[in-house]
Amino acid sequence: MLNITINGAEVKAQEGATILEVARDYGFYIPTLCYLEGHDSYGACRLCIVEIGEGSRRRVVTSCNYPVEEGLSVQTDTKKIIGHRKLLIELILSRAPNSKTLQDLASYYGVEKIRFKNKNDDCILCGKCVRMCNEQMQSGAIGFVGRGKNLKISTPFSKANEVCRNCGACMYICPMVEVQCRGPKTTGDLCNGCLRVTPTCVEVYDRQMCYVEDCGTCVRPGSKPTGGKSQKK
Amino acid sequence: MKKIHSLAEFSRFQKTWSARKNGDPTVVVSSGTCGQARGSEDVIIAFEKVLSRRGKRPQFDFKVTGCHGFCEVEPIVRIEPRGIFYQRVTPADVEEIISETIGEGKIVDRLLFRDPVTGEKCLRAKDIPFYRKQKLLISGNNMRINPARIEDYLEAGGYAALAKVLKGVKPERLIDEVKKAGLRGRGGGGFFAWKKWESCRNAHGKIKYVICNADEGDPGAYMDRSLLEGNPHSILEGMLIGAYAIGVSEGYIYVRREYPLAIQNVETAIEQARKLGLLGRNILGTGFSFDVKIAIGGGAFVCGESTALMSSIEGKRGEPRAKYVHTVEKGLWNRPSNLNNVETWANVPLIINKGAKWYSKIGTEGSKGTKIFSLVGKINNTGLVEVPMGITLREIIFDIGGGIPDGKKFKAVQTGGPSGGCLPESLLDLSVDFDRLSEVGSMMGSGGMIVMDETTCMVDLAKYFLNFLLDESCGMCFPCREGLDQLLTIVTAITVGKGKPEDLQLLQEIGGMMKDASLCALGRTAPNPLLSTMRYFQDEYEAHILKKKCPAGVCKALICYEIWKDKCAGCAACAKLCPEKAISGAKNRPHEIDPAKCIKCGICKDTCKYGAIQVI
Repeated sequence: MLNITINGAEVKAQEGATILEVARDYGFYIPTLCYLEGHDSYGACRLCIVEIGEGSRRRVVTSCNYPVEEGLSVQTDTKKIIGHRKLLIELILSRAPNSKTLQDLASYYGVEKIRFKNKNDDCILCGKCVRMCNEQMQSGAIGFVGRGKNLKISTPFSKANEVCRNCGACMYICPMVEVQCRGPKTTGDLCNGCLRVTPTCVEVYDRQMCYVEDCGTCVRPGSKPTGGKSQKK
Repeated sequence: MKKIHSLAEFSRFQKTWSARKNGDPTVVVSSGTCGQARGSEDVIIAFEKVLSRRGKRPQFDFKVTGCHGFCEVEPIVRIEPRGIFYQRVTPADVEEIISETIGEGKIVDRLLFRDPVTGEKCLRAKDIPFYRKQKLLISGNNMRINPARIEDYLEAGGYAALAKVLKGVKPERLIDEVKKAGLRGRGGGGFFAWKKWESCRNAHGKIKYVICNADEGDPGAYMDRSLLEGNPHSILEGMLIGAYAIGVSEGYIYVRREYPLAIQNVETAIEQARKLGLLGRNILGTGFSFDVKIAIGGGAFVCGESTALMSSIEGKRGEPRAKYVHTVEKGLWNRPSNLNNVETWANVPLIINKGAKWYSKIGTEGSKGTKIFSLVGKINNTGLVEVPMGITLREIIFDIGGGIPDGKKFKAVQTGGPSGGCLPESLLDLSVDFDRLSEVGSMMGSGGMIVMDETTCMVDLAKYFLNFLLDESCGMCFPCREGLDQLLTIVTAITVGKGKPEDLQLLQEIGGMMKDASLCALGRTAPNPLLSTMRYFQDEYEAHILKKKCPAGVCKALICYEIWKDKCAGCAACAKLCPEKAISGAKNRPHEIDPAKCIKCGICKDTCKYGAIQVI
């Protein structure tokens, strides 16, 4: 067993484990989007970044694929890390603004607006499905196609192929396959309602309004809840 | 050529090569890709025609070599041993060169290089200011060697370093020698070569690899291509020595498909070295075995990154992976792999031949040896320059490069390719080495050096590099893909006059995050062109955002063409060429541009003899 410290707490870690595994074992929260337990760590979403080392040797690494070493000192939530995570969440949200997973993550970190243009895409290219298909299902029916801005996940030549067994594991694992948030569609607004214990909408509508067309009306600056469809009923 | 079976046989063989010299003059034609683009092949055909002619003609040897560095004046013909340097030679000049220079020993005056400053004619290469400050240690052999002939390389003392090493130098001593020499990786990172070699040697595993990274993708950089084309054996020799030091028997050269001549020359070189017993099993009877395969890349910029390159060799998508476990421990096929750049490998035989002590005298405290830069952009002498580390930017650009053409003013120099930064005039006296460049927010990179004059808009330049990087990013990690996309969106908005003052802060924020959180070096350095232009040319960004003006007159949405009435002679030259018929006016009377029709192509400004068209 190795001795490491996470946020100042001295903990024991198994050799070969990653920082993320150890941290989660001990109950330290580190957000992830592309991490898939039992599969190769991909290191694409970069949300799991932490700071390691002390003083001038302090640096940012991704916890999902950094193997622990004796005497390692880890800080999971420094000012720098939180700042970077918030910006990352904002950037990913601008890609898929209606994802409930991302909205919740935004609420957790207090990201309240998006300063970027929405792209209204559904896929965030975390690659979980690709790894699921290749490693768990041993199928390899889907993979990454293209690069840079044109990167997408697809079957070879975007055609149905016989390798795919229609097992649905890719969908099961996808963080974006959820009922989508029907919240504000305009650039900039985020209601952050879902994760609040008493969402502001409860006071007005008598029930939480996530998933409903009118969601977000309550927090839009300057706008008063002026009788959405549900209220009229 | 027969296979050489022992070291003793090799040294005998070497002597026969160095003794083989006749008195005939040699005509050397440079024909790298740059030379070929400017018609060197026709010149070669013209010489060959003369050579094949029967009857009385002057005797001379003929040699085709790789690039000589001075690409601006290609095709270059040199007459050795006098070292006469003829530039911009055409097939029509060939007869005259043969009859005058070779036959009668006279100089063909018009083919000599004329120094644009003093107006003096330069007879030999070393008289030309372009070559005067250079130190051609690595690229010098390009001028002497026909890359398709291993004999030429042997004649120039090739494979002597390998023989010296195989004579019984212990691998540890060899690594120590490279350590004393202070050789740092020339690919961009500037990591000490010996550290990599040592860790790779100590790594567990029976099968290990050495890899040569020849995936040179920076726009405007081509020194690796020139070395591979002109002197492939020096790279093979370097790899052989490295392999011996690390204890490796397999190697790869990863070269991009866009370099057909380089691939061809390396293939020939490998074949010839194998035939001679310098590659393969039991090299020179010493029991040391090493062989090289060529892996051809598809041309993705990101495949120049070591882990992406290895993925690519494995036949996977060129995607980088985290380097928390170094590639010297788990690289290609999860086996210990030592990867170095073309130029790094080419430095190795030199260090062995001349000794670490000699080598470490060249350069600065932290950066030893020479570095080849490709000097391109708005510069008089385009070409490859090899200079000792520590030379100033001013010396490279003005003394060697000959300054900016058309009397324009220098504005900035971009070092280190798309991941490097733009340095302004105030930093021209900066000494060029790994540490100084990264201190000022740029980097050595692989050695691209793009010079810009006052007509370059820095915001537009940042936009160009962001676009390039977004295109070339593998798209895997979120900060790089999404970050670059948003940076480009914001910068594009600035160039069309839709920038907001708070954008600058946002650009800084995204750039800072990308530097920390991106997966590979491409993402971590991608904001460099933007951040360095913002740092040194902030006024230009502010002019775009606040005044909605482009000071350099490049961003089309922010400029307007206007005819200066006092200067316009009414010649109508511009009106004839205007593709939109936006210019009108009576004959011999000042003309006018209709801003509604004008597409701001700038043809009128280029045509006007009176300088009457201005950009506002």
